[in-house]
Amino acid sequence: MTISIRSVEKQYGRYPALNKVGLEIADGELLALLGPSGSGKTTLLRVIAGLEFPEGGQVLFNDQDVTFASAAARRVGFVFQQYALFKHMTVARNVAFGLDVRKGKDKPSKAEITARVDELLKLVELDGLGGRYPSQLSGGQRQRVALSRALAVSPSVLLLDEPFGALDATVRKSLRRELRRIHDATGVTTIFVTHDQEEALELADRVAVLNAGQIEQVGTPDEVHDNPASPFVCGFVGEANRFDGVVSGGQFTAGPVVLAAPGARDGPSIAYVRPHDFLLDESGFEARIERVAPQGPLAHVEAVLADGRRIEVTVARDDAPRFAGLVKLSSRRSHVFAA
Amino acid sequence: MDDAHAMTAETYAASPTPVVRRALFRRRSAIPGFGVTLGVTLTILSLIVLIPLSAVAIKAAELSPQQFLAAAFSERALAAYRLSFGAAFVAAVINGVFGLLTAWTLVRYEFPGKAVINALVDLPFALPTAVAGIALATLYAPNGWIGAHLTPLGIKAAYNPIGVTIALIFIGLPFVVRTLEPVLRDLAADVEEAAASLGASRLATILRVVLPALAPAWLTGFALAFARGIGEYGSVIFIAGNMPYKSEIAPLLIIIQLEQYEYAAAASIALVMLGFSFLMLLVINAVQAWARRFH
Amino acid sequence: MARARHPTQDPLWAKLIVITLVMVFLGLVLVLPLAAVFAEALRKGVDVALAAISTPDALASVQLTLITAAITVPFNAVFGLCAAWAIAKHEFPGKALLITLIDLPFSVSPVVAGLIYVLVFGMQGWFGERLVDHDIKIIFAVPGIVLATIFVTFPFIARELIPLMQEQGTSEEEAAVSMGASGLYTFWRVTAPNVRWGLLYGVLLCNARAMGEFGAVSVVSGHIRGLTNTMPLHVEILYNEYDFVAAFAVAALLCLLAVVTLVLKAALEIAQPAVRGRGH
Repeated sequence: MTISIRSVEKQYGRYPALNKVGLEIADGELLALLGPSGSGKTTLLRVIAGLEFPEGGQVLFNDQDVTFASAAARRVGFVFQQYALFKHMTVARNVAFGLDVRKGKDKPSKAEITARVDELLKLVELDGLGGRYPSQLSGGQRQRVALSRALAVSPSVLLLDEPFGALDATVRKSLRRELRRIHDATGVTTIFVTHDQEEALELADRVAVLNAGQIEQVGTPDEVHDNPASPFVCGFVGEANRFDGVVSGGQFTAGPVVLAAPGARDGPSIAYVRPHDFLLDESGFEARIERVAPQGPLAHVEAVLADGRRIEVTVARDDAPRFAGLVKLSSRRSHVFAA
Repeated sequence: MDDAHAMTAETYAASPTPVVRRALFRRRSAIPGFGVTLGVTLTILSLIVLIPLSAVAIKAAELSPQQFLAAAFSERALAAYRLSFGAAFVAAVINGVFGLLTAWTLVRYEFPGKAVINALVDLPFALPTAVAGIALATLYAPNGWIGAHLTPLGIKAAYNPIGVTIALIFIGLPFVVRTLEPVLRDLAADVEEAAASLGASRLATILRVVLPALAPAWLTGFALAFARGIGEYGSVIFIAGNMPYKSEIAPLLIIIQLEQYEYAAAASIALVMLGFSFLMLLVINAVQAWARRFH
Repeated sequence: MARARHPTQDPLWAKLIVITLVMVFLGLVLVLPLAAVFAEALRKGVDVALAAISTPDALASVQLTLITAAITVPFNAVFGLCAAWAIAKHEFPGKALLITLIDLPFSVSPVVAGLIYVLVFGMQGWFGERLVDHDIKIIFAVPGIVLATIFVTFPFIARELIPLMQEQGTSEEEAAVSMGASGLYTFWRVTAPNVRWGLLYGVLLCNARAMGEFGAVSVVSGHIRGLTNTMPLHVEILYNEYDFVAAFAVAALLCLLAVVTLVLKAALEIAQPAVRGRGH
């Protein structure tokens, strides 16, 4: 199932939630909608699902206009942020719901439904828990039930709203891999919303970064991280040191910091340098090392420049001893944008 | 907008799949039933509440301004308002004090019989007002259980404004208790612990931290009890004595006018009371909007 | 050294004073009237009291009260469910105003509630002549009593359901709808199980008030014995005729209704803490 979103607009009161958003999603893709809260990512997901309807623009599923079609007609599987499990139904009844509501010849037989539920619970590794009620499950287990309930109707697209938002860090990590595995096993086009850039970069085939109701950039995790299209993407995806300065003749200057900026237009500019893109360089600018904090195979270095501004540097643990006292730094890569 | 609509409509028509044809109209909400339920709600609300209520204003408008003033603000009517408003106010104040103590007791203290007390607080909601009325009248009559003890002290409770106030205390109590209770329960203990850790005494903590936090709910409960008291009829008329200019409440005056077929005059008094009801609604909404700023 | 009190605990003496004050106050204001009703009813013995509630007029008033409640409560339940569905599960402008208007009958004097139907349906009212022409009686008849009762109990169920359904959000309904459930199916299978206790709570309160309403019904009933007297009106007539034992006997019956209501309500609050009183 390919999905096309064409200049979709949606407002809440006078404040635009989506501002002429366009996005193409390929069949079988696993796409992340990444952005801060209020960026419109959840609204976009709900517009794709048919839970909200836009004021302008179109949503196409396989070139068919479904802008105002109901969620059921679109055959989407939606996993809600707080899971929205039916509290008074067992896990099995929850998962079977989408099949139970079918009518006439579309409705599978009891045995078929039972078999499908068993199969799905096995897929999410909850076999044997079909008789429990949602309140008897852990957060991670509820999340899996929500996922299998959404998959039960063999959806054309699987949509997940902050699927790991309510879980603690360890469960989150393992469920992330789980989602990837299930996606690969079913091949269903999947879109999930997250505000966690690490989650988006680790899990998705492609990431769409949203800000203030607009898509800032769409690309593979590498593209978004290494070649950010805008200052926002650079600041939001991955860590970055920000410098406000001036470009002149292909060179960016902000106080003592001098960075190569080939092709950048002259004038006031903002430069971003990722912490791991600094390196020791005798021809670079001077920095005084304040603190070195080892973390696994890496070390986080806090440094102060000649004009008092602070930067963060990430280096390999083995190189850490070389960062002491006064050092000279330059950057192997920087991102310069006109201010 | 229109172009976009025309375009989507065309695409729908051209598409052979039933999936798309179902959605020719512009949807507002993903959950169905909005139109029907809102329609039913507005229709019933209009037929049962809004249109009949407007009859009061329309009937009162049959009178000339002078006639209206004469009917709505006659000496007798003014005396009735004074009694209804005054007694309701005093009762609401007394309920404000004891309602707060009751709510505090129910939320903060554990003691035997608490569940019974808790259920009992709602008695005025559940007990028919006429039953409360005759019970109070009997209790406070000069030969009643309580009245017999008051008469030697020179206090005449029944058939007097005091009796009206007593009935309105009965009616208004649960409004104050039930409005305060949830707020008191949700009041996080850590705020009080913080106050205590900063060196505040228990009394200072209650006066400066707890009570201010309860103020909006207290005011709301007070206003609810006050508004209910002004309109109350059943529990009051048996104990009031219903003497014109002395112990006659405003709602009774409406009934007296009605019995004399003075419909417009009855509507005039009703209009004054309705105006006050709206005012109280505004006050209560304003207090709650104010309270929300703290949450 | 004595163990210090926890900062949220009051000293024992303060506790005792407050509890005593509250007990005395509640005893005077609530318990004594309740006791007085039963004492007065049984003053001349159980037989006299039972005889008083089994006169034809008394039985007719019981019947009318039951009929009134049997119409009012389902009507307001349907209204409450419709209003709560529209308000809690959808977004639209003017919602706050609508909620205020639904609450309006609570702040209207019951006497005014009765008066408005006299003005609309009474002999001199808007439809008075046309109703007489068609020989339809609303005022001084059962329909007027039912209408006035519906008015005064109008918000009970709606205001119980609206906040409850708002708290529960819309995602369960959205989940059901996205899986292909129809609106009614979603309501019965997903929403109703979540709100049934709240609905029952509202029904309980609505029923108590419907059976006990006095002021509004008094205006529209006409006090025709055996025909348009509800139980509270029957109590009034007996009381005004100085037939105190009979008045209090019927009143005691209404007290039992109140006590049963309170017991059920307390049981419901203990079993389902989520549905607590939301103020009335």
